[in-house]
Amino acid sequence: MIKAFFALSALLLALPARALAMHISEGILPPGWALLWFALALPFVALGVRQIKVQKKVDPSYLPLLGVFGAAVFVFSCFPIPVPVAGSTAHPAGTGLSAILLGPFASCVIAFISLLLQALFLAHGGLTTLGGNTLSMGVLGSFGGFFAFYLGRSLRLSLFWCGFLAGVAADLLTYFGTSLVMALALHGDQSMFSVLGQIFLAFMPTQIPLCLLEGAVTGGILVYIRRVRPDILRRLKVIREVEA
Amino acid sequence: MRRLMAALVLGLVLFCASGLQAQESPAKWPGIDEIVVEKFASDLGREARDPYINTDQGDLLLFLFALAGSVGGFVMGYFWHKVFVAGRRPEDTRE
Repeated sequence: MIKAFFALSALLLALPARALAMHISEGILPPGWALLWFALALPFVALGVRQIKVQKKVDPSYLPLLGVFGAAVFVFSCFPIPVPVAGSTAHPAGTGLSAILLGPFASCVIAFISLLLQALFLAHGGLTTLGGNTLSMGVLGSFGGFFAFYLGRSLRLSLFWCGFLAGVAADLLTYFGTSLVMALALHGDQSMFSVLGQIFLAFMPTQIPLCLLEGAVTGGILVYIRRVRPDILRRLKVIREVEA
Repeated sequence: MRRLMAALVLGLVLFCASGLQAQESPAKWPGIDEIVVEKFASDLGREARDPYINTDQGDLLLFLFALAGSVGGFVMGYFWHKVFVAGRRPEDTRE
């Protein structure tokens, strides 16, 4: 069943959709706000670089895992998936999974690099909006997913449901972040909360099906890893010795 | 729980993949950036501008997406094999 699950997930990623997606496009944020979001996002990225340097010394399998889930975040976050109920396309974030396995700060680095490559070569997002997009997908997505996972663990949910919670939280918080970044910068004379609510609600018809899918993929991958390499989850302290 | 998970995934996949047929029709599937991000930004007085490196020209963007997918998929598969297939030892999978 797990093989079928991955095959179907791959089918979704292979759908030939046009390259349109969710990041905040070039030029939308005024320069002052663009700089502020850069200033807020970059410390997380710097701490992430440090986390990667420390972890790769502790665990030899950390760098290959970084390769797997770094590429996964890049692929997840740039390939649009059509959602018929909304008549539009969007994509998952993938940062919940990378935050659980690699750490939330390292996940911010992955998001930053993915977004930078997409802005440079795929006309996707933008260089001036890179800070805001990193804050949404990298910081809020990663930390939201990470804390949702550990909330699930503290509630004694199974590994799958903890991963499911993390995937859902990472996806929804990414879009909440995008809405917040836009609302703060652009609300003008209107109430910021009203604009925030309008933008976030407009994302929901597309994102609710996708966040459920992202949750199922995140939970499924964690269960798969526990089945084939439980030692990795133990070393990364995702599960305790007795659970493996 | 397995049945519930399978039903959930299959339902979502069918739900999303039903868009395949519509892909073949000339109707466009706008990205959420177009219908939400850019629409709200425009309503609030900011317009998106072309990217500094504008690869959205003809089929160039499709080619770059295909290339990015291939490279990303290769990297993911290479390291996946390294960690979960070649790196697997019998004692690691002991439950």
